[in-house]
Amino acid sequence: MSERATALAGQGNLPPATAHQFDDAVQQHEASGLGMWVFLLTEILFFGGLFTIYTVYRSLYPEAFGHASSTLDIELGTINTAVLIGSSLTMALAVHTAQVSRNGRLVALFLFATIALGSVFLGIKAIEYAQKFHEHHVPGPFFHYEGADPQQSELFFCLYFLMTGLHAIHMVIGVGILGVLGVMALRGRFGPDYYTPVELTGLYWHFVDIVWIFLFPLLYLVERHT
Amino acid sequence: METAERIDPPARADGGTNYLNVNYGVRSWLLTVDHKRIGLLYLGSITVMFALGGFFALLIRLELLTPAGDLVGPDTYNKLFTMHGIIMVFFFLIPSIPATLGNFLIPMMIGARDMAFPKLNLASWYIFIVGALFTLWAVFTGGVDTGWTFYTPYSTVGSHTKVIPVAVGVFINGFSSILTGLNFIVTIHRMRAPGLTWMRLPLFIWALYATSIIFILGTPVIAITLALVGVERAFHIGIFDPALGGDPVLFQHLFWFYSHPAVYIMILPSMGVVSELITCFSRKAPFGYTFIAISSLAIAFLGFLVWGHHMFVAGMSPYAGLIFSFLSFAVAIPSAVKVFNWTATLYKGAIAFKAPMIYALGFIGLFTIGGLTGLFLASLGLDVHVHDTYFVVAHFHYIMVGGALMGYLGGIHFWWPKITGRMYPESLARIAALIVFLGFNLTFFPQFILGYLGMPRRYHSYPDEFQVLNVMSTAGASILGIGYLLPFCYLLWSLRYGERASSNPWGATGLEWQTPSPPPTENFPVTPIVDVPPYHYSEEEAVLV
Repeated sequence: MSERATALAGQGNLPPATAHQFDDAVQQHEASGLGMWVFLLTEILFFGGLFTIYTVYRSLYPEAFGHASSTLDIELGTINTAVLIGSSLTMALAVHTAQVSRNGRLVALFLFATIALGSVFLGIKAIEYAQKFHEHHVPGPFFHYEGADPQQSELFFCLYFLMTGLHAIHMVIGVGILGVLGVMALRGRFGPDYYTPVELTGLYWHFVDIVWIFLFPLLYLVERHT
Repeated sequence: METAERIDPPARADGGTNYLNVNYGVRSWLLTVDHKRIGLLYLGSITVMFALGGFFALLIRLELLTPAGDLVGPDTYNKLFTMHGIIMVFFFLIPSIPATLGNFLIPMMIGARDMAFPKLNLASWYIFIVGALFTLWAVFTGGVDTGWTFYTPYSTVGSHTKVIPVAVGVFINGFSSILTGLNFIVTIHRMRAPGLTWMRLPLFIWALYATSIIFILGTPVIAITLALVGVERAFHIGIFDPALGGDPVLFQHLFWFYSHPAVYIMILPSMGVVSELITCFSRKAPFGYTFIAISSLAIAFLGFLVWGHHMFVAGMSPYAGLIFSFLSFAVAIPSAVKVFNWTATLYKGAIAFKAPMIYALGFIGLFTIGGLTGLFLASLGLDVHVHDTYFVVAHFHYIMVGGALMGYLGGIHFWWPKITGRMYPESLARIAALIVFLGFNLTFFPQFILGYLGMPRRYHSYPDEFQVLNVMSTAGASILGIGYLLPFCYLLWSLRYGERASSNPWGATGLEWQTPSPPPTENFPVTPIVDVPPYHYSEEEAVLV
């Protein structure tokens, strides 16, 4: 039993949310945590399929992937990486605050800051997508590419949109969940005796962040060292 | 302390309230979070899917009765075997034992009140239904003809049938599997009764734990792969299209990375059921409990490393072929451990040939044949000869029907008294089990010979010299059909007219037999405490009973 869970049990007053199938809040907390980790495992495999495809085609067409990668906007990509890491900081602060204090307003503040940073990320991503759209780099019937190996470059852009798109969908879902949690936090639902939803959403948010940490070099930095 | 011994509680709970009669009405079922009721919701849904998949199988066998393609045209035939495969694999076999018996039994076997996430459990069923409706809609408005394997580039640029709706249906259904597996894993980890250590768990739980690992690690990959097939078909972007720089063999790798482990999703739960049946009806603890338990995990692990044996003739380097061949042989080891341990359990046991036991013994024989012919196919040279012939069809039906389905039927009979509180008619059930066994062998054994002689799969007509064996196969299929109809009828009959079941009609060990039949909603009046090893059958029992 983790230290935190022992502390949880020591609180004595069970949160109202202990469901009928659990003996106590500790069991509920540990079951929920394990459930989230297992869920993240499935997410790794879900993204893993795309990463595998990326690996295969990049090893087949290294030059086309390098050139196509250079057409992405490195500045916006770098800013976005910083923004996303910042959102992980505010998320971690929200989890910590919920664990140690009853200050629901502060928890909500950190949660809404995370939402704000996540929205900035999505906004910048939208600007990048719009640029690609104007350059006709979106795969499909209107695809047009001036450089060498247009077909193989189309595969790169295809993977770029699929991987960042799937990532963005996860961000949107995360922002939605954070919004609900923010309202709950304002109503004082979280504190040292009950913070499971904040903690688990934190795990999810960090996972989505880590996916981007892999996407950024794989998509933006293929040929930047030259 | 004797609390965990086989005490015989009153046959019915206080006031006669149980999970079936605690409340009534459609609403009480559609909004239930009781794992037992959710198991029954699945039982009803997959029975419908099984009937539909069986209907397609019947049409296939009728077409193959004569050498000429006279009953249906080639295009219709392509759709028939595709939809038979998709419905049977994704909507019957994969959910079969885990979603019905697993849902019903896991909390009861580990002494819990419910799954860790009951609402998620109900959501899994609704996701399954949505996926099934998508697929059924596609089936009834034109169907699909790619084969259940969705091979590219035919599925992305060639086929003019409803590939996207079916792929969406299977994609949605995948999340039902993922969430079920997640729920099982957390439940088994966190909800066990006091004293129920890992090495005291029933072997059925070990088998479903291994199955759940495959659910959560394999299913996301098929989900993303089928999503890409849909995207490629809609936008022609070339991920798997060689004309646009893509690699169709990559699709096969991704597809089989899930779909070979999916074979173990189908067979492992059956192995778990058979372990329970063999021990109960031999009145003996299983020979080598630890080995049977760990072999389930070994099968789940090795099962992820053998997918390439589906692709020996699809353009694979000899070295890759060699390694996949070796690893495929390696899976036979934990499978053989199970078969040997079951037979060693039978040795000097007091064997009772009840209907579930007949299914279990049938399973051992048929699974052995199916498994050994799998080794033929894992041999590089022989695979070239029998690849894409009826030999392959016979092989995997021996595993999936002779193995998985026999275990499912055996399990349904074994736990029927617990689920419904009624006994099924024993002698009729024994006859049905024998009919299934004979009908199955008559259907599929000739197909081994047909395949070895060179009859390819997936054609609606064939040369005249293959007709005798095909007639035998179709005759066997009719007998098999009767074998499936019988349990359907007498089990329904038993709901009303069956003899009332005691809480432990088989004298079996296991926590699920220590609560009334049918159990109350919260499963146990008092949370049980376990202080005995698993399968605690006494020495005298093995001699006397």
